Amino acid sequence: MNKDEHYQKLKNIVSLYLPEDVSADKITAESHLTNELNINSANLVDIVLDVEDAFDIMLENEDMDGMQTINDALLIIDKKLSDK
Amino acid sequence: MNRRVVITGLGVCAPNGTDLDSFTHALKNGVSGITFHQELKNLNFGCQIAGKPNVGESNLNDYFTKLQLKGLNASGVVYGVMAGVDAWKDAGLAIASKETPDWDSGIVFGTGILGVDKFREAIYLVDKGSARRLGSTSVMQTMASGISAYLGGILGCGNQVTTNSSACTTGTEGVIMAYDRIMSGKAERILTGSCSDSGPYVWGGFDAMRILPRQYNDNPTQGSRPLSASAAGFVPGSGAGALVLESLESALKRGAKIYVEVLGGAINSGGQRGEGSMTAPNNEGVQRCIGDAIKNAGILTSDIDTINGHLTATAKDSIEIKNWSVALERSGKDFPYINSFKGTIGHCLAAAGSIECVASILQFKVGKLFGNPNCSDLHSEITNIVDSSKIPQQTVSYQPNILAKASFGFGDVNACVIFKAYKNE
Repeated sequence: MNKDEHYQKLKNIVSLYLPEDVSADKITAESHLTNELNINSANLVDIVLDVEDAFDIMLENEDMDGMQTINDALLIIDKKLSDK
Repeated sequence: MNRRVVITGLGVCAPNGTDLDSFTHALKNGVSGITFHQELKNLNFGCQIAGKPNVGESNLNDYFTKLQLKGLNASGVVYGVMAGVDAWKDAGLAIASKETPDWDSGIVFGTGILGVDKFREAIYLVDKGSARRLGSTSVMQTMASGISAYLGGILGCGNQVTTNSSACTTGTEGVIMAYDRIMSGKAERILTGSCSDSGPYVWGGFDAMRILPRQYNDNPTQGSRPLSASAAGFVPGSGAGALVLESLESALKRGAKIYVEVLGGAINSGGQRGEGSMTAPNNEGVQRCIGDAIKNAGILTSDIDTINGHLTATAKDSIEIKNWSVALERSGKDFPYINSFKGTIGHCLAAAGSIECVASILQFKVGKLFGNPNCSDLHSEITNIVDSSKIPQQTVSYQPNILAKASFGFGDVNACVIFKAYKNE
């Protein structure tokens, strides 16, 4: 799986949690999940679970804390996958 | 402050109809929502029949966002949101703007237990040491007030948003709580109602108590037999009913349609004293509740022309009839018309009171008394008190003027509400 595939996969996961007035087109690699995309912070735990299922990895609490932007998430995913 | 209160919106998600039109049609024509459930048979239930709303997948997208539907496994939330949103729309009310709630509108939406299937999921995960996998909605799907919380957010209500719980009295109690709050000037509109989950985890305990019929598994539509000599227990059901109560002032200002006026009501408990217990009513408590409702409504016992009873199809039906007769001091041909809707709906537990209040009020709208199915063999203890002409087997044309609706529940709790045809006087 290459980086672009990771990005698409993550984008699809995140899209479901966007508020109704935020379009999926607004998602970029730099997007901040809560500040810019206005995702309800309660839903971050759901995104983490979906990411775990989609990439077959397990994220720790400190991984979650570092997952502020789409890029942050991609870096963490890459690291977890390479550590496997 | 003593204001008049009217009902301007109705919604329902019942075993025999998931919108007002189909529900009315079912009640008018005796269409049963009670069916055989293979799942209950597989689980060795004695009673394998139940009433469950037929909710299609496509239907859900009209009420929930894709995100809300993800991992939603709380049937009571589904039924309650469908009925509640429908009632709000039926009342012609708008959803509050994104920024500001409607401070004058509140929600009193009850339940017995919510999100049982979601809770089961959670228990398996927790026991496996995987609490972290519960996700973010486990709490709101299983907290009792989840239903009022979902509705409050969807509609944007800024007044009191709460959930009441008093077993099978819940829905009728909610109507009276809403009435009190509006009457005293604390709110202009309250969406009230109640919901009850479907499924073996809700119904199993009642099956264990052996108070559900076991001999109708091959003949489900005959199984719920209120008022009948062959009543063999109540058929468990599920669903939701919802009503918008509103100050007359607000309703007139909006030019809203008015179904009925709420004249008043009473809530009490028999204290599990006398013949009362956790599961049986203290008769004096029931009679007082009916009497207090009449007093609160400012009417005479002779003013009541129609009753919708609790009448679950157990041996307690004749005791209920006796209590009505004592409280109203009326019997024989002088007894009001009386019916039970449980023959086609089953007993929807916490949702029963609100579904039956909706059905009671629909009778005013269509000018009918919905018939009592499955009681061609009326119990003799009942016909000794009430003339059989007052218990219509088939739906009859009749315009009710004042209707008393009562619900009774485990814990020896009672509620009775009085509805009157609305006249602008």
